[in-house]
Amino acid sequence: MSNNLQNQTDQLQHIRQMMEQSSRFISLSGLSGIAAGTCALAGAYFASGVINRGAGSSLKELDNHIYNGNLNIRDYMGNSLFLIALFTLMAAFVLSAIFTWLRSKKTNTLIWGSASKRLLINVCIPMVAGGIYILKLIEHGSFGLIAPGCLIFYGLALVNGSKYTLGEVRFLGYGQIILGVINLWYTGYGLYFWAAGFGVLHIVYGAIMWSKYERQ
Amino acid sequence: MNPIQNLNKTFDNRIRLGIMSVLMVNVSINFNDLKELLQITDGNLASHIKGLEESGYLQVQKGFIGRKTNTTYTATKVGENEFKQHLAALEKMINATK
Repeated sequence: MSNNLQNQTDQLQHIRQMMEQSSRFISLSGLSGIAAGTCALAGAYFASGVINRGAGSSLKELDNHIYNGNLNIRDYMGNSLFLIALFTLMAAFVLSAIFTWLRSKKTNTLIWGSASKRLLINVCIPMVAGGIYILKLIEHGSFGLIAPGCLIFYGLALVNGSKYTLGEVRFLGYGQIILGVINLWYTGYGLYFWAAGFGVLHIVYGAIMWSKYERQ
Repeated sequence: MNPIQNLNKTFDNRIRLGIMSVLMVNVSINFNDLKELLQITDGNLASHIKGLEESGYLQVQKGFIGRKTNTTYTATKVGENEFKQHLAALEKMINATK
């Protein structure tokens, strides 16, 4: 009888494992979170240097182009804050992809399967919509709303994506949304909120996930 | 009543159980993704899929991506119900032994 019971428990475990592996991308590494957070803090540090040196915000440089009515891609590429943001995003993406790739090797799971595609699509929908919205904010000169916008849309993307990966991502998303909403009332401190959300929250989340799932 | 009679013999096999589990949470899945998930050979997977298809538990859709064939599988209503009954029977037996 106990042999039977063991067999049934095995069956249930197998069912559960197959359901999870096929619908959720579970190789997301905690180290990816730590890496992305570190990039964000470095980016925020360089950005604060530019802002302090440039007497006011260098984003204001874009203002002149806005009033001239010809804000184009070249203006963005010539803006040091924009370049820092772009570089930070790329560094964070590449580093976190590397750690997640390493983890998928270790756990022997597919990194580019239906689960990861579904995760990527569902994260990208709020992100792309948010990105367009923020570019419009810049065009309208509402610089104070950029950081809250980044945090809120990124948080929504995480909440949306959490259904297709480790469930804890949802709480990281809640954290980003809350920070972004509070930031709406403290618009002059966007960079600090941005650093707290993209930097500190990512590192805390990554460290928790790493110690929970990956530490041997 | 003997609870074992509610257990479905089709799901006694680990691979068939795995295939149905995946199809319960995915609208459809293709051959390669399924193979990767279950980590088995082409021939082995194909024979179990055939078995499930013959029982009427899953449906096969043959399609193309470019020139490559892309065969996807979906659980039928019958398959879903049989799987749920099998799960319920498992649960009952485990609870009975507690």
